[in-house]
Amino acid sequence: MPSKEMLLLSSPASLIRAYPFLVVFFQNQPINLLKNEHLKLLHILKEIEEEGSEDTVFEGGHFVDQLQEYILQMEEFSGISSQRVESLTVMPGKDKSGEAENFDALHFRKSTITSIVGPTGSGKSRLLADIEWVAQADTPTSRTILVNNSKPSSDWRFASGKKLVAQLSQNMNFVMDLTVKEFLELHASSRMVANAAQIIDRIIDAANELAGEKFKADTPITSLSGGQSRALMIADTAMLSSSPVVLIDEIENAGIDRKKALEILTGEEKIVLMATHDPILALMADQRIVIKNGGIHKVIQTSAAEKAMLTQLEESDKKMQKLRTMLRSGEAFETLYL
Amino acid sequence: MNLITISGPPSSGKTAVIIKTAESLKMRGIKIGAVKFDCLATEDDIAYEKAGIPVKKGLSGQLCPDHYFVSNIEAVLDWGLKEEFDLLVSESAGLCNRCSPYIKEIKAVCVIDNLSGINTPKKIGPMLRMADIVVITKGDIVSQAEREVFAARVHAVNPTAIVMHINGLTGQGAYELSTLLYDQDQRVNSLKGKKLRFSMPSALCSYCLGETRIGESYQMGNVRKMNLEEK
Repeated sequence: MPSKEMLLLSSPASLIRAYPFLVVFFQNQPINLLKNEHLKLLHILKEIEEEGSEDTVFEGGHFVDQLQEYILQMEEFSGISSQRVESLTVMPGKDKSGEAENFDALHFRKSTITSIVGPTGSGKSRLLADIEWVAQADTPTSRTILVNNSKPSSDWRFASGKKLVAQLSQNMNFVMDLTVKEFLELHASSRMVANAAQIIDRIIDAANELAGEKFKADTPITSLSGGQSRALMIADTAMLSSSPVVLIDEIENAGIDRKKALEILTGEEKIVLMATHDPILALMADQRIVIKNGGIHKVIQTSAAEKAMLTQLEESDKKMQKLRTMLRSGEAFETLYL
Repeated sequence: MNLITISGPPSSGKTAVIIKTAESLKMRGIKIGAVKFDCLATEDDIAYEKAGIPVKKGLSGQLCPDHYFVSNIEAVLDWGLKEEFDLLVSESAGLCNRCSPYIKEIKAVCVIDNLSGINTPKKIGPMLRMADIVVITKGDIVSQAEREVFAARVHAVNPTAIVMHINGLTGQGAYELSTLLYDQDQRVNSLKGKKLRFSMPSALCSYCLGETRIGESYQMGNVRKMNLEEK
């Protein structure tokens, strides 16, 4: 990491050459430091001080501290992909009555799906919060979370660009006024990915495969249908989110191919956790956790019999979908479809 | 007693975050009090009372809320000491983005929401740039991508802060915040001689003193003119 003295003796232009990610940092300063980008920072800061920094809400010493910290964190951040999360492990704690949870160790491996069932208020959110906070027997449940079978670094808690869990829920909306392509470019640039254009194409293709109706790269994200929005969110989270765990809170059974959605996520080596009460989704998972009274009550591996049942359920679901499509296009039902 | 200053734009979810966090602290037997600084009106004191948190409110009226805050915070601290709180939370609304309500050596939290737009972090001054902890709210209603972009912008503006995501409605993340707020060994008995982290917005002109007429001849004191010539 460069020392403060070294930073002060460098010019903004040379710093950006050495650390391209600093463009965003400089752009987000309240004052334009790139006006004389070839002058040494020392001189630029001195000049600002002489002009009177009070009006510009800028303080040179604080700026250099933040600059140094930003470089340190971003360099670590760009090294993350090399240390992949292969698995998460939950070590048992206790439920709301203080009873010990009845399992030895619960593993979530990459490219697998775990469904989570249990009534509202049973403790699903607490389990997810424990994972997000990489609990170390220091939350109300006393659970411990391991990453790759060992005690995780505290970065997972505190580093801004390094969060364990990405979320997808039915209440989520796009709120930015951008086209699909601009939106994905923005996300890619915040992640500093190298091959952005290629990933963006892949995301749009994948999302179009999930949603029934196709959209284009220049479609505004706010004019996407419910199914298209969900499809784009899933493909984007699978391919551009830095978080190794994806938490899904139900996927609606309309306008989107749910099976393919899960395949895309597991194909990108995500650890998928899915809160659902839909039997089809629950059985698509490799295992399911039953939550009761704030604790993990049971862990059920999806059996061969259940998988066979899933095939039947999917058949009848297809019939429902077909009827829905007919209804939409104004056709009359004939009994032969049932 | 611990003192914490919490600040953030209006309606970003400060009160909701504090109340949810206080629930976790109370379960650990920590006694909490709050003071709410606002400008013209607030009903947040009722929300605190409902949650069983003793509260005082201060309305700055026609004065800059920051100046009002710093002129009253000592007396507020004395109130907290008299009431024997373990933790006193001072909540103030940041109304103009130039606010600078943080005190050196006193833990400072900024609450900002995902709906405010990705260019907002850049527009906020010391209130965000000098905070120790930044809490981002309303993450449950925007997409994962927007959450990540917003957090990256906050990080560019304040790389040294701990950034946390909290849902003010369900309280998800509030327990975790509570573990960062209270420090058993910290004792704040007086603020005398302590300094602000950054100077407050300043103004002293005829309009500060109640002038309502428009025109050059009515403008006195600290007046600044826009430059309309420059391209």
